[in-house]
Amino acid sequence: MDVLTLSRIQFGLTIAFHYLYPPLSIGLGVVLVCMEGLWLKTKNPVYHQMARFWTKVFALTFAIGVATGIVMEFEFGTNWAAYSRFVGDVFGSALAAEGIFAFFLESGFLAVLLFGWDKVSRKVHFFSTCMVALGAHFSAVWIIVANSWMQTPAGYHVVMHDGVMRAEVTDFWQVVFNPSTLERLSHTVCGAWCTGAFLVVSVSAWYLLKRKHLEFARASLKVGLSIALIASLLQAVTGHASAQGVAKNQPVKLAAFEGLYNTESNAPLTVIGWVDETDQKVIGLQIPDMLSFLAFNNFHAQVTGLDSVAPDDRPPVEACFMFFHGMVAIGFTMIAIAALGFLYFRNGTLHERRWLLWVLVFSVLLPQIANQLGWFAAEVGRQPWIVYGVMKTPEGLSKIVQANVVLTSLILFTIIYFLLFAVFIYLLNDKIQHGPDEQDLTPSGKLALPNELTRQPKS
Amino acid sequence: MNLDLNSIWFILVGVLFTGYAMLDGFDLGIGALHLFTKDDTERRILINAIGPVWDGNEVWLVTGGGALFAAFPDVYATVFSGFYLAFILLLFALIFRAVAIEFRSKQPMRWWRQMWDIGFSAGSIVSALLIGVAMGNIAWGVPIDANGEFAGTFLGLLKPYPLLIGVTTVALFMMHGAIYGLMKTEGALHDKLRGWAMNCIIFFVICAAITTMATLLYVPHMAERVRENPWLFSIALANMLAIANIPREFYHGRDWKAFLSSCATMLTLMALFGLDQYPNLVFSQPNPENSLTIYNAASSSKTLGIMLIIAGIGVPIVIAYTVCIYWIFRGKVKMDRMSY
Repeated sequence: MDVLTLSRIQFGLTIAFHYLYPPLSIGLGVVLVCMEGLWLKTKNPVYHQMARFWTKVFALTFAIGVATGIVMEFEFGTNWAAYSRFVGDVFGSALAAEGIFAFFLESGFLAVLLFGWDKVSRKVHFFSTCMVALGAHFSAVWIIVANSWMQTPAGYHVVMHDGVMRAEVTDFWQVVFNPSTLERLSHTVCGAWCTGAFLVVSVSAWYLLKRKHLEFARASLKVGLSIALIASLLQAVTGHASAQGVAKNQPVKLAAFEGLYNTESNAPLTVIGWVDETDQKVIGLQIPDMLSFLAFNNFHAQVTGLDSVAPDDRPPVEACFMFFHGMVAIGFTMIAIAALGFLYFRNGTLHERRWLLWVLVFSVLLPQIANQLGWFAAEVGRQPWIVYGVMKTPEGLSKIVQANVVLTSLILFTIIYFLLFAVFIYLLNDKIQHGPDEQDLTPSGKLALPNELTRQPKS
Repeated sequence: MNLDLNSIWFILVGVLFTGYAMLDGFDLGIGALHLFTKDDTERRILINAIGPVWDGNEVWLVTGGGALFAAFPDVYATVFSGFYLAFILLLFALIFRAVAIEFRSKQPMRWWRQMWDIGFSAGSIVSALLIGVAMGNIAWGVPIDANGEFAGTFLGLLKPYPLLIGVTTVALFMMHGAIYGLMKTEGALHDKLRGWAMNCIIFFVICAAITTMATLLYVPHMAERVRENPWLFSIALANMLAIANIPREFYHGRDWKAFLSSCATMLTLMALFGLDQYPNLVFSQPNPENSLTIYNAASSSKTLGIMLIIAGIGVPIVIAYTVCIYWIFRGKVKMDRMSY
């Protein structure tokens, strides 16, 4: 294989593996803030127990997220040096800002979140939890800014620097708020909330099925299902906004998502089907006019097809189609599952419906798969460009790195990540089987109930 | 030396990497010393001594890398693609070290803990060594072609001088870590650490002496600026006094001051390194005219200005809460059920 293919496989592998963890950190961060906030508000120790248990799971995902995250920062330089030279002026700033504003905040307050339970007051601890969650969201902000700039570059100009062309910033705020930042950020963050919430839902449903830790499981389900329902509904809204953005800013990408070869008015939406790449058409169940309406709020609107660009400038259509449709299908499935779970939980019959509990147990996979598919669609759909319309992917490669060297690192990454994943699953399972600690129901030391509650009322 | 934006960023990147050395240096040092004690409780105490802070310390490296990418993209691109295998190895070392800290305590089995103990220790030593070798190569100079690309080989990076700097870095971090460990431990382990710290100090002083001699003899361009501006010798003097002060404070049992002296040693070493590099970021050897400097490798001054604002807002906040967090976790390690 050539160095381009190998480098693309390696970047794809390392980013896909890495991206199993940040959504968990972001989503569980929100879960932890809710649980600890509820504990401070209601003084119900079961919320304290929940916060303690999920903190341990958070620590596990965070460690792997950090370890695999540094890889990403290095890989821009190791494998994509020409890209780094070209975009460093724009893209590097976002990465540096992520370090200063997000990673320091996250990792600094993580110390208090994990080890500060007996060292600081409840309020300081809650503040630290909020800061960790905020840091996780900030990191999403800056990395999405960087990636969105690659999708819809803005606020820059291309100039000659020492005999080489490169992009330089002209307007920082246009770079930050480039045309796709906001909708892609909101869509990504909702996906992360779903990821955290469905993990909580899954583990809690498992406890209900096994009739263990019932009070803990019910309270966790309440928090988990609420966040899952809100986030999955918001996900549909932000997903729609994001797709409309793609229709406007990256029409060829949208055409690939829908397998639309010819530019046409009254374009149909494929609900389920596949792309016949040789005959250049989509086979499947279609709703007439719907794509035009969803993309431009008008049944008669013209939707740009793949024929608007030369065949060499088109992304792989079948793959994009499948990634995109898979993501959308899973998104709606998540709404249905969260809504059903929430409904039956509210009327108190969830524990009797064992089939639904089993569905909830496996629902943890859905947001993870949808996150992956969504990113595959976004990144593969941008091809053959590395910076949309500005720089093609092969041009971004490191000039001096040889194929056999990349093959070596790719094999090593594959082995090490496989091991890491196995250990992660083993430890996560162990944590879940062990369950919450009973002693967390009676917080001690600085965490003990505030005096005014335990003190006898004055007569 | 006029203080333009490029020079300011040269200093700021240096500050970030110096911060990394001072902070993550002791984490790596604790890791390098990890296998010296066979006792599980003692190993746990040492890991928990860095437990709450190691992760934040590593962010200095991540941010330093990000700042290098943003301020000097050509240096970032040339060095990272040129030192490909070395950086991939560094990544694996950092990965193993990070997950070993988290995974080790999660199971009680002996084989489990030993596996992660080795991962933690080997990861720490290899990280320190590779960082040193990279620094040594930058000091020695690396072959750069007319397009600003690295023109050497992986094996070419393993010359004696960079390897010497690598070993010196391991020694420096081990000493730093041992002294940090002294501040965080008490009783028998503290006494044991005193023995290690003593040996580490000797190890480092020998390495530092050899490095200094080798630099003056074989890498004359790394002393040029100080040679031409004798008043800068005050920094070299401060460096030697800082090193000499470490065993003195150690002898008197003032662990905290010994640690500060160790920090001052790093600061002055980095200052000397930076002064003699300036304005080069990557010195090209054998074709000095191809060197990457703070001007030909920099981002636009607009970006450097924006980044300065970002740093101006961010860094004071970071320092403020980092100090708070170190304050919260001050004192000797006390194990509880949340400990590693």
